[in-house]
Amino acid sequence: MNIGQVITKISLKLILTVGAVTIAIISVYSYLSIQAQRNELLSQAEVYANKLSETIRNSTHLSMLQNRSDQTHRIINTIAQEPGLREIRIFNKEGRIMFSSQPEFIGGMVDKNAESCYACHTENEPLEKLPMEERMRIYQAPKDSSRILGIINPIYNESSCWEAECHVHPKEQKVLGVLDVKVSLKDVDAQISSSQSRSIIFAIIAIALLSLIIGIFVRKWVAEPVNELVTATEQVGSGNLNYVIKDLGVDELGLLAKSFNNMTQKLAEARMQLFQSDKMASLGRLAAGVAHEINNPLTAVLTYSSFLLKRIDNNPQLKEDLNVIVRETKRSREIVKSLLDFARQSIPKKSNADINEIINSALSVVENQLSLKQIKLEKNLDENLPQIKIDSNQMQQVFINLIVNASDAMNEKDGKISIISKIVNLSAYGTLQIKSAVCSKRHTLIDEELKIDSMPTIKLKVTSNGDEGYLNIDPIYGKSRDIYRLKIKNTANVQVSCTKCNISLISKDTFCPKCKSAIYSFEVPPQGMFEKCINPECDWQRWASVDEVGFRDFIEVKVSDTGCGISKENISKIFEPFYSTKGQKGTGLGLAVIWGIIDNHDGTINVESEINKGTTFTILLPVTGTL
Amino acid sequence: MLKSENILVIDDEQVILDAVSRIATAEGLDVDVDNSAKSALKKLSLKEYSLILCDILMPEMDGFMFLEKLQAQKITNPVIMITGFSTVENAVKSLFKGAIDFIPKPFTFEELKSHIHRGLQFYRLQKRIEELKTKDNSSASIPYVPCPPKYHRLGHLSWMNVEAEGIVKLGATNLFLETIRDLNKIELMNVDDLLIQGETCADFITDDDLIHHFLSPVGGRIIERNEKLFIDIKLLQKDPYFNGWIYKIIPENIEYDMKHLIPCASDRM
Repeated sequence: MNIGQVITKISLKLILTVGAVTIAIISVYSYLSIQAQRNELLSQAEVYANKLSETIRNSTHLSMLQNRSDQTHRIINTIAQEPGLREIRIFNKEGRIMFSSQPEFIGGMVDKNAESCYACHTENEPLEKLPMEERMRIYQAPKDSSRILGIINPIYNESSCWEAECHVHPKEQKVLGVLDVKVSLKDVDAQISSSQSRSIIFAIIAIALLSLIIGIFVRKWVAEPVNELVTATEQVGSGNLNYVIKDLGVDELGLLAKSFNNMTQKLAEARMQLFQSDKMASLGRLAAGVAHEINNPLTAVLTYSSFLLKRIDNNPQLKEDLNVIVRETKRSREIVKSLLDFARQSIPKKSNADINEIINSALSVVENQLSLKQIKLEKNLDENLPQIKIDSNQMQQVFINLIVNASDAMNEKDGKISIISKIVNLSAYGTLQIKSAVCSKRHTLIDEELKIDSMPTIKLKVTSNGDEGYLNIDPIYGKSRDIYRLKIKNTANVQVSCTKCNISLISKDTFCPKCKSAIYSFEVPPQGMFEKCINPECDWQRWASVDEVGFRDFIEVKVSDTGCGISKENISKIFEPFYSTKGQKGTGLGLAVIWGIIDNHDGTINVESEINKGTTFTILLPVTGTL
Repeated sequence: MLKSENILVIDDEQVILDAVSRIATAEGLDVDVDNSAKSALKKLSLKEYSLILCDILMPEMDGFMFLEKLQAQKITNPVIMITGFSTVENAVKSLFKGAIDFIPKPFTFEELKSHIHRGLQFYRLQKRIEELKTKDNSSASIPYVPCPPKYHRLGHLSWMNVEAEGIVKLGATNLFLETIRDLNKIELMNVDDLLIQGETCADFITDDDLIHHFLSPVGGRIIERNEKLFIDIKLLQKDPYFNGWIYKIIPENIEYDMKHLIPCASDRM
C-alpha cells in the first residue's frame, strides 16, 4: 500500500468535507447579510423619497391655492436641484403633466399604463388611497442606466381647495392630481454593490484561511502521526522489532503509538526468549557432545598415567613427573565437568544459599585477573541478606562472567569494579507470577501449552449465552493480558468452570466492586484465593494473601564498571547468544547464559550503560518464603 | 582375585577398551573386549562373565537398550555402566534399570580398580545366594540384609528415607558395604554442603587402600552428619539402616529424584 495515497486520502477527505461545510455556512451567511443590508439601504432611500415628496406637496400647497403656477414651477425647480433627484412632476387627474422639473414634458400626457400609474390604475376604477409601499416603484428606464425609485403622492381634494378663489376644483372630486418624484438609486446601488463585494471577499478569505488552517492541523495531527504509524508497521512487518515510534502526544493516535511500541517491545521480548531458548538448547547439545568426545581421550591419559604412577616406586623423579600429568588431567576433568554444568543450566539445582558468599567465592576465582590488570574492587555487600533458594554453582558463574566482562571492558589500568548487594522491596502487583492454580476439587488449572511471556497461563472453561470456550488468564498478578477464546456478551450470565470437572468457579453473592459484573475465583496453593472480574473490559482482581504482604522482597545485586560502556544500538543485543564485542576473545555466550540462569531463578537482569563512563548490570532475585 | 574371574568391556572407543583391559589384566583378570553392545550380547550367550563394563553412549545399541536386552534374556551378571559427565541423570537411570554401579568418565586407575573390586564382590555374593537357593537350605540366612520396606534405594548403593516433613536421612545399603568389606576409614562432606543425586558424597577407604565413592541417592543440603561413624566405623556395617545413617539433608527436588529410586518394598515380593 502506498503511504502517500493513504495520507492524501484521509487529509483530503477531511479538508474537502470541512471546506464544503465552511463554504455552505459562509455563503448562506453572506447572502443573508447582503440581503439585509440591501433592504436597509433601500428602505432608507424610500423614506427619504417619501419625505421629499411630502415636502414638495406641502411647499407647493399654498402656491397651488393661490393658483400661482410660476411659483409652483420655481419651488419644483429649486428642489429638483437636489443631487440624486431625477424628476419632479405633477399631473392632473386626466394625466396631463401640469408641472415638471423638466419643462419639455409639461403639457404632455402620462400613459396610465406606465409604471408610475400602475399602482392605482390596475383596475379600471382607480384607487383613491394607497399605502406607502404601494406608492413606490423601482425601475430601470433605459436598461443600461441606473435604477430609479419613483414615488407617487396623490394630491387629495381638501376644503381649502374647493373654497379657494380660483374655483378650479369642484367639491366632489377626491383626487386632484398626483405628485410624482423620481429619485436616482445610483448611490444606493453603488453602496449595495460595494458592500456585496466586501462580503464576498470576506467569505472567500474566510474559506481560504479556514481551509489552510484545517489543512495544516490535519497534517500535523493526522497525516504525520499516521505516516509515522505506517512507517512503523512497515518496519515491524519487515522484521525490525526495535523500531520505536517517537512520542506522538496523548491523543488517540498518541495512545495508539504507545500501545504499538508496547506491542513491538513485547514481541521483541517474546522473540528473544524463543531465540534464546533455542540457542541454549543447541548450545547444550554442542557442549554435551564436545565434552563426551573429550572425555574419552582424557580417560586414556588419566588411566594410563595413574596406572604408571602406581607401578613406579624406585624413581622419584619420574613419579613426580607422572604426578603432574595425573594432577593436570584431573584438572581438565574438572574443567569439562564445569563446562557440562554450564550447558546443563536448564535444570537449576536450587537450595538455600547466601548470595554474598557466592559473590565472594566468584571474586576469589577472578581475583588474580583483576590484580594483574590493576583493577580496583569496591565491595558493598549487605550482611543481613536472607538466604534464598538458588543454584549456587550457576549463580557463581553469573557473577564470574559479569566480573570478567567488566574487567575486559576496562582498557586503562585504573579501572574500578563495584559490587553492591542489598534487599529491595517491590510491589507484588504487576510482578508476581501465579505458578499454581487449582479448582475446589484440586484439579490443576495451569495450561502449559498457551503461554504469555513464556509463562504458563491459567486455563478456564467459559460458557456464555450457550457458547462454550476457554479463557487463559495472565499469570502475572495485576497484568490483564488475558486471552479470551470466547466472546462474552452478557457479563451477568456467564459460567466459569474447571476444564476437568466443570465445577463452577463463579463466586455467589459477590460482585466486582468496579463494574458489578460476576467474579470468579480459584485457589493458588499455598498463597490463598485469587479473584478476578469476568468482564474483559474490567481489570479488577484480588489476591488477598499477596495484597496483605503488599510488597515483596528482592535481593538486588549491582555489578558496575568504569569501562568503555555499551552503545545504545548494541545494548539490546547483548543478551542474544553469539553476540560479542570481544571479537576473537569471546564466544558471545556469556551474557546469554547469564540471562538464562537468572530467568530460571524467576529473576530479572537489566543493563544500563553510558559510552566511556561504564556499565551497570542489575540483578533482581525474589526472596522466596516471604509469602 | 580368583583366577576363574573374567570381565567383558564394551565401548565404541578403542582407547577405553585398551586402557580398561590393560588395568584389568594387570589385576589378574581375564578380559574380553567388544566395541558394540550387539556383538557383546552374542558373546554373552556363549560365555558367562563375572562382570560386564558397558559404555552408555554408543551408536546402534546404547547402554540402556543393552540393559533391557540382558533383562529380557534373563542374564543376571552384574553390569557396571561407564558414562560421561554429561549424563549423570542417565547414569542414575541406568542404576534404576538394573546396572549395579557406574563409573563416570574420565576415571583414574584407582577408581576403576575399586569399581571392579566391588563388581566382582557383588558377583561372588550373587553366586553364594544361588548356591544357598540350590541347596534349598531355608535356615541359612541370605548374606546381606535388605533395606527396610519404607525406604528407597539408588541401585544397590545407597538408601534414603523421608524422616519428617522436608528432612531426608540417607545411608549406605548393606549390600554396598558387603561389596567393600574391609572398611578402614570414612571421609564425609561438611554440613551445609550440597549433594547432587548420583554424585559422590562420601569416600569409603578400605584396608587395601582402595577408595570407594559413595553416591548420594538424593540431592539437597546437608544439615547433619552422623559423627558417631568417626568414633566407631563398625556401626556402618552393624546397623546400616538405622544407627549407621550417614547424612540428614533437606532435599531440593525430591519428586524428581524419587523417579530414579527403587522402593525397597519391591525387594520382598
